Amino acid sequence: MAQGPVLCFTDRGIHCPAGDFHIDPWRPVDRAIVTHAHSDHARAGMGHYLATPRTLAAMRHRLGPIRAQALEFGVPLRIGGATVSLHPAGHVPGSAQVRVEVAGEVWAASGDYKTVPDGLSEPFEPVRCHAFISECTFGLPVFRWRPEAEIRAEVNRWWAQNAAGGRASVLGAYSLGKAQRLLAGLDPGIGPILTHGAVEEMTAILRAGGLALPPTLRVVPGVDGRSHPGALVLAPPSALGSPWARRFGAASEGFASGWMRLRGIRRRRSVDRGFVISDHADWDGLNLAIRETGAERVFVTHGYTAPFRRWLAEQGYDAAIAATDWQGEESEAPGAEAAE
Amino acid sequence: MKRFAALFLALESTTRTSEKTAALAAYFREAPEQDRLWTIALLSGRRPKRAVTASRLAEWAAEAAGLPGWLFEESYAVTGDLAETIALILPPPRAPEPATLTGWITRIRGLALLPEPERRGAVLAAWAALDGAERFLFNKLITGGFRMGVAQGLMTRALAQATGIAEPELALRLMGDWTPDSTTFSALVLTGDPGADLTRPYPFCLAHALEQQPEALGAPSDWAADWKWDGIRGQAVLRGGRFSLWSRGEELVTDRFPELAELGDRLPGGTVIDGEILAFSVEGGGAPLPFAALQRRIGRKTVSRKLLAEVPVILMAYDLLEEGGRDVRAEPLAARLAALRRLVEGMPASAPLRLSAPLAFADWAELTALRAGAAAAGAEGVMIKRLASAYHVGRRRGDWWKWKLDPMTFDAVMVYAQAGHGRRANLYTDFTFALWQGDALVPVTKAYSGLTDSEFAEISAWVRRNTLERFGPVRRVAPDLVFEIAFEGIRESPRHKSGIALRFPRMLRWRRDKPASEADTLEAAQALLKARR
Ligand SMILES: [Zn+2]
Ligand SMILES: [Zn+2]
Repeated sequence: MAQGPVLCFTDRGIHCPAGDFHIDPWRPVDRAIVTHAHSDHARAGMGHYLATPRTLAAMRHRLGPIRAQALEFGVPLRIGGATVSLHPAGHVPGSAQVRVEVAGEVWAASGDYKTVPDGLSEPFEPVRCHAFISECTFGLPVFRWRPEAEIRAEVNRWWAQNAAGGRASVLGAYSLGKAQRLLAGLDPGIGPILTHGAVEEMTAILRAGGLALPPTLRVVPGVDGRSHPGALVLAPPSALGSPWARRFGAASEGFASGWMRLRGIRRRRSVDRGFVISDHADWDGLNLAIRETGAERVFVTHGYTAPFRRWLAEQGYDAAIAATDWQGEESEAPGAEAAE
Repeated sequence: MKRFAALFLALESTTRTSEKTAALAAYFREAPEQDRLWTIALLSGRRPKRAVTASRLAEWAAEAAGLPGWLFEESYAVTGDLAETIALILPPPRAPEPATLTGWITRIRGLALLPEPERRGAVLAAWAALDGAERFLFNKLITGGFRMGVAQGLMTRALAQATGIAEPELALRLMGDWTPDSTTFSALVLTGDPGADLTRPYPFCLAHALEQQPEALGAPSDWAADWKWDGIRGQAVLRGGRFSLWSRGEELVTDRFPELAELGDRLPGGTVIDGEILAFSVEGGGAPLPFAALQRRIGRKTVSRKLLAEVPVILMAYDLLEEGGRDVRAEPLAARLAALRRLVEGMPASAPLRLSAPLAFADWAELTALRAGAAAAGAEGVMIKRLASAYHVGRRRGDWWKWKLDPMTFDAVMVYAQAGHGRRANLYTDFTFALWQGDALVPVTKAYSGLTDSEFAEISAWVRRNTLERFGPVRRVAPDLVFEIAFEGIRESPRHKSGIALRFPRMLRWRRDKPASEADTLEAAQALLKARR
């Protein structure tokens, strides 16, 4: 029987004709399935949302009241002619890949993902499928991450050194996901952990959702480098070097991003310390994830799509580029997250 | 090498000068002596020669990493740095090996003598032995492209901290024609025999850009002014019958400008002159040639008779640092200039040495008016120097100012965008700009600097949404955004479709207020060509 593709790419987002819903749409639609709560994937203006409970909690904080349904990982849901289920993407807590099955054919949309456990997010789970839509933010072989334990030790060492030198450590990290992942790895024995308002609010939501995280104190007037010597301050990247950060005096500034792998970008950010920490898959992670899906067709989006597609094609995949409007929270645009 | 790599990382992981100096000073106290010497050599631009070509290295690295050549190239395009690309794509080291910096440099210098298969084997073995930053530095050394971004002044300060020797004395000791083969750490730094090197130049005194109006400098009578020439800063040294010519990059360029060797016969012994190596036409009263002419001479080690005739150079002298074998840098500029004038006046008119004539001005308004005529005089602007000042080491604020002409500008439309590399790998930063010719836009120049990071980020997002066509890494974009382009010079260029080429073009600002239809015309730009020279 003639059958169209399970998912197709439209100017609003990824569309499923059989279920008449969109995945991570960027223009208003009736029904949206959202992979995770980063602002380029979870946008306002949809008639109805479907996402994991953790993603919905973060979305409600960002978008205000929305009409939505929560779906736990691994639970199949029938929507029209399609069966939908969500599977951990390992990107940030609550982040999901979307598995869509229509008449025995399975497609999966990865959203953003990483394959190595970060100690906080639900670990990535490969989804067997015929066609896989993969992000490739860091789809070049220069991008390789080090093990989580080494990264954690490096951050704690930097913090301890600054604390010993009487300096605060201001660490810039995206407020949903990256900040809590760093927080989970911090050694509270070194000193107090302070948070920028944007980070504190997101952290409170994740704590309410059941994640155990070290205690933090929100930065308000009177809470600064003097009141809390040797503190580590978690703040959105846009707060680095801003008037907000001045209250910590001659602090050492660190920035955590996969882009810190590149020397040129480290130097441009001109922070004291760049930590190579990403919530996206590295080169090996992308290749591994795609292999494990068993998919023959792969659509790549988000990042170094052209070379990554060619690489996959040379590995024997039927690979194509899918144009989307996702920018990536690591696109590093200053002001992408407004400082409060 | 571990210690050297740790130093490199320490220098890179801080933006504070005091911390950089401390890291370097600690290294100068602790590292093996020969490594210290090599580090000074590397930081002052005395690099080992390239031992392997870039294309061979790229090929071997791609093979070792199991990647196709095109993917290596894509990665290289993003980092913008061959050494870094190789360091990043190779698997972690298999057989770590402890060796000193000097040990690795010795191996690198030995590579050039090996036949290619062995050379390849040695490079692969080194990659398998070195980790992260060490591998990166090895690659930098092997490609002859080592640069650490440590200013000479900072290195000298660190060395002073480590040795207790005064900075100016150290700065002088480190100048000249030495290599790690010709000296030792102890002879160069600790003993510093001044008679050892007849060719040694003095550290250059550098000027700051004048950012306020000259009135802020106080009484005009305290100051001297002359043209700011558009050539190569150079020092002519004559000692013990030996003439040497140094460029500001501390490069010995005696052989590149053979016509200046005549000065070795004409100047008295023990003379050091600071000036500008300038392409100069002797016809009429004599006039500087545009910088583009001098560019034909730069980088050529041997010069043809034809080129010598077409682009002769002179030394435009503006300071005297050594007179009769005596270091006169501490004397006031006024006295040095008087001595320099006597020296130049004693020369025949045909000698390739001229005095950069003082500009006479009674008040700042007069100097401002003179500066407006800089382009007509073949200069970039004026230099203003305090008459009572000594000749400082390096860039010290307050006594030497350069006051350049305002750049020329036009408003142009962005038509192509390309992602940057290195520092800006994830942003669109390299743009091509066009001007109107009738109702067509003719590309005139590329520019990639001058905007803030947040502007680049905003434009990058715009580029992604407004791409009309892609050619590899280049995107043709909707011709909507207008930028004010500033540049230092303009010349005719038959190679370009527009017929013009700009010198140092950069984006002055994003003209959000202007629609593309109000950008400038090519005709207006060509008129600028006629206005200058
Ligand atoms: Zn994301
Ligand atoms: Zn994303």
